[in-house]
Amino acid sequence: MATGSRKTVRLKTPVRREDLEQLELGDVVYLEGHVYTAREGVYRRVITEGHKLPEGLTELTNVSFHCSPAASVNDDATFNIGAVTATASFRFGALIPAWFEASDCLLILGKGGMTEEDYRNVFVPRGARYLTTVGYGTGALLGRGIKNVKAVHWLPELGIAQAIWVLEVENFGPFLVDSDGEGRSLFEQHNKRLNQRIEGLYDGLKQPALSRMGETVDRREELI
Amino acid sequence: MIRKDTLYATAHELTRRAAIEIPSDYLSGLEAMAAKESEDLSSFVLAAMLENYKAAKEDARAMCADTGVPRFYVKAGNEAKIEGGMVAVEEALRSGLAQATHDIPLRPNRVHPLWRHDNNNNVGLNAPEIEYSFEPDADWVDITTVHKGGLFGTDYRMLFPGDGIDGIKRFFLDAMIAFGKRGLACQPAIVGIGLGGSKDTCMVLGKQAACLRTVGDRNPDPKIAELELELMEMGNNIGMGPMGFVGSSMVVDCHIEVGYTHTGGMPMSVHSFCLSSRRAVARLYADGRVQYRTDPEWFTPYHRRNDVKWQPEAARQSA
Ligand code: SF4
Repeated sequence: MATGSRKTVRLKTPVRREDLEQLELGDVVYLEGHVYTAREGVYRRVITEGHKLPEGLTELTNVSFHCSPAASVNDDATFNIGAVTATASFRFGALIPAWFEASDCLLILGKGGMTEEDYRNVFVPRGARYLTTVGYGTGALLGRGIKNVKAVHWLPELGIAQAIWVLEVENFGPFLVDSDGEGRSLFEQHNKRLNQRIEGLYDGLKQPALSRMGETVDRREELI
Repeated sequence: MIRKDTLYATAHELTRRAAIEIPSDYLSGLEAMAAKESEDLSSFVLAAMLENYKAAKEDARAMCADTGVPRFYVKAGNEAKIEGGMVAVEEALRSGLAQATHDIPLRPNRVHPLWRHDNNNNVGLNAPEIEYSFEPDADWVDITTVHKGGLFGTDYRMLFPGDGIDGIKRFFLDAMIAFGKRGLACQPAIVGIGLGGSKDTCMVLGKQAACLRTVGDRNPDPKIAELELELMEMGNNIGMGPMGFVGSSMVVDCHIEVGYTHTGGMPMSVHSFCLSSRRAVARLYADGRVQYRTDPEWFTPYHRRNDVKWQPEAARQSA
């Protein structure tokens, strides 16, 4: 698809550190090779309950995805996969250090990025990067990039939405680079620009009749 | 008589249509926004969204893998006759959705809130929601399905009459900025606002305003219609575009629905119907015909009736 002035990068998995180093904020990325889904169910099993990731997975690829596919299991145990959409990543921030240890991942795909603090402290020292899906509801485009479901792990334990789906992909994207080599985040850069305007938006609107939680964020300022 | 098997087939087909085909009103709204967007990154994201709808249709796959929470709205003509009655309608909707979840496929999104058990078919305790409305002088049944996503796209606040229109704008801005940061509620969206009622009514009205009115539709009260346009413009002037990037594409349209409320309060709810604004409608006629469309025509004059009798005597006589 047309990417305007953006640079487009094609990465093969497993990804190599030197390839990740050339990624700049806002670059458009397409992937080829293998990626697998891992979200709260997988994190719980691996990090909290101490299960080992299925054999061969960490050798096959180092790209994991905060996502669940729209998929169903056929009567003959084959899979039918439709769209693929990411889930919000920021809530996994505290788990990522342990996840990197367990999975050896270098690339996390997800929705909405993580904090610059996470990038600086956890991603940068390992040479890992974060890519966000675009849109985000662009699940049909991502679904097109799936050539094959290579394996599904922990389906009985975790269900369709939370299981590990190992996907063979080609022209899989678009993704946008959200974290750079210094731990900056594209989202946070844009947020900073937006925040400068925010106060001005409320100019001329009178104060709330009662300062209730939500209208104020400080419990001590609540009138009732 | 509307037959059971027609109801089932319609529920199945509605689920498929909603998941795959973006309604044309939302699509033209988004195209118009994309044409106006001047920020490079936001424009890139909007182009990807438009391409995604095409891909969904061409490949017959869901436009978004997050199914949201599928639900149904039933508007039954007062004279409609249904084989098996309303219980048969509910059974058809539940089984049609479950089968379509497997066939399309859709992600089974519904789980038990505590035990996280998933029936793998988007059906469970109190799910899907089915809401009802009735229509005089009609023998058809309209069924609308909506798959609304967005864990991050709903909020409620009890305002007071003293807050006035400024209070509404304030909460609207608070909500838009909160939903919009990093684009977690997947703007551009159709934003629905519920004003009045009690807390539950207020939430229901706002959600219906977002999901059951089409882009370009205005509230029949001209002053409320004006406020809809004003809020839409406010939302698009926040400076935020899709994914929370700098831009001007937040609100494809804004719809307000009002209900009489407690004399001391002015409750308000805000709901964003994300870029996967999935809705599909079918009218089932007594002779077995089924006609599909995308405008729910939910807020009929009868539905919004505002006095003891739905039609004042004067209007009745002139009709
Ligand atoms: S908010 Fe809508 S478009 Fe975004 S992921 Fe959820 S269902 Fe998809």
